[in-house]
Amino acid sequence: MSVADIAFYIFAITTVASGLFTVVSKNPVHSVLWLIASFLGAAGLFVLLGAEFVAMLLIIVYVGAVAVLFLFVVMMLDVDFAELKAEMAKSVPLAMLIGVVLLMQLGAVLGVWQFADGAESARAAIAPALEDTHNTLALGQILYTDYILLFQLAGLILLVAMIGAIVLTLRHRTNVKRQNVIAQMHRDPAKAMDVIDVKPGQGL
Amino acid sequence: MVEFFTTTNLGIFLLILGQSLLIVVPLLVALAFLLWGDRKIWAAVQMRKGPNVVGAFGLLQSFADFVKYILKEIVIPAGADRFVFLLAPMMSFVLALTVWAVIPFNDGWVLADLNVAVLFVFAVSSLEVYGVIMGGWASNSKYPFLGALRSAAQMISYEVSIGLIIIGIIISTGSMNFGDIVMAQDGAGIFSWYWLPHFPMVFLFLISALAETNRPPFDLPEAESELVAGYQVEYSSTPFLLFMIGEYVAIVMMCALISTLFFGGWLSPIEALPDGIIWLFIKIVFFFFIFSMVKAITPRYRYDQLMRIGWKVFLPMSLAWVVLVAFFAQYGLFWGAYVRWTVGG
Repeated sequence: MSVADIAFYIFAITTVASGLFTVVSKNPVHSVLWLIASFLGAAGLFVLLGAEFVAMLLIIVYVGAVAVLFLFVVMMLDVDFAELKAEMAKSVPLAMLIGVVLLMQLGAVLGVWQFADGAESARAAIAPALEDTHNTLALGQILYTDYILLFQLAGLILLVAMIGAIVLTLRHRTNVKRQNVIAQMHRDPAKAMDVIDVKPGQGL
Repeated sequence: MVEFFTTTNLGIFLLILGQSLLIVVPLLVALAFLLWGDRKIWAAVQMRKGPNVVGAFGLLQSFADFVKYILKEIVIPAGADRFVFLLAPMMSFVLALTVWAVIPFNDGWVLADLNVAVLFVFAVSSLEVYGVIMGGWASNSKYPFLGALRSAAQMISYEVSIGLIIIGIIISTGSMNFGDIVMAQDGAGIFSWYWLPHFPMVFLFLISALAETNRPPFDLPEAESELVAGYQVEYSSTPFLLFMIGEYVAIVMMCALISTLFFGGWLSPIEALPDGIIWLFIKIVFFFFIFSMVKAITPRYRYDQLMRIGWKVFLPMSLAWVVLVAFFAQYGLFWGAYVRWTVGG
């Protein structure tokens, strides 16, 4: 076994085992932590595939941002997960049915996978030659130069979604004490403070 | 002999282990003296003497503290999640050291010559938040928990502006490799370094780095006097030591980042002098000195002021700068100071 093989097995086992523990662990915070370990394993697998840019983005976006939010929500919400799990035990047969159907669909699709005649060449046409570029450069070229319009449109859709979420959840509460920064910065020290020359041994 | 280290599994493993130790051991030894220097500078500004008992001029104070932390009893709170409680400080420590793998110390002297090195630094520093959150949560106590939320929010906020500032550098260089970034600053000594074209961002980066590493004036995670410290309240002994070393390694890392991104890494400031690792060392120590001085002479920020300056001042400014640099680079303005592409283009 080469070093790459050993690394592959380490990452693969980490990913699968962490995924399993994400599901079975009793404490929801532990679940999120296992999920993070699983993401890290997946990032390692991406590195082994030579897709180091995607691997780093996976860590920055999913581990650095998304999972932090998960963790915040899980830690802050006081949900009794044992009760929730007992409720869920009732719907196990339905869940299993859905799982089996999904598995069958996947099997049916992947088992008879067929390419269209032009698919391979169509995909190769837009990808830069891997010999004279690395994948960060190639992705940048495709996203920001060749398909800039689609990229901007996707960004616009996300912006609208973000504004929508803010508008939906924004509540103006009236009885909250707020800091007025402008007023604080424009206070006149001469009006707010007195400097008193205290003689030794006298006090005020 | 050379083949053993480059072809066999054991050889490669031993080679990487040796290289890692070559980085980590001098780093930790240097850290002990930097910590001493930090305390001495702080004391000098306040007209105190600082540590002066252990060794000549108190030079061995850090080692005495180290022994003290190691020998103390580890206290774990009764309701704590033991595994996560002990994992958190180890994570902070290990992650802080991991980043050093991609920092070049001289031309070609780098453990992992990644072409996404900047992103790697960014990814690992985004993981460092977990040490804080896990430590605060696992303590199972109110103060650490609130402290962890506070620190995590602070670290995430300032990571955004640091990232945007670095993007400006990446656009100028056309590469995410630190070696390429330093080589792009080669030329007429000190005036070809990135601090000149990216002048306003040097200050933004320095301030963001202070906030990111929880240094004063942004040291709200450990504001002992008003907020009963933060996520590390319940920690004592070696776990606390790991948190603290992790924090200081991150600070030195930030100094190294500033030196590499804006001040030419191992390049010498005067063209006639040879380049070398000594320059990087001098630059790191200089920026650590600035960090210490800032700690000594600035009052602490209020938490809402900290968040406000991060999101409403630094984020828009650095975002506008990215757009500006993109324009400068695309049209080759300012005699090509913003376009130093060596690959692609």
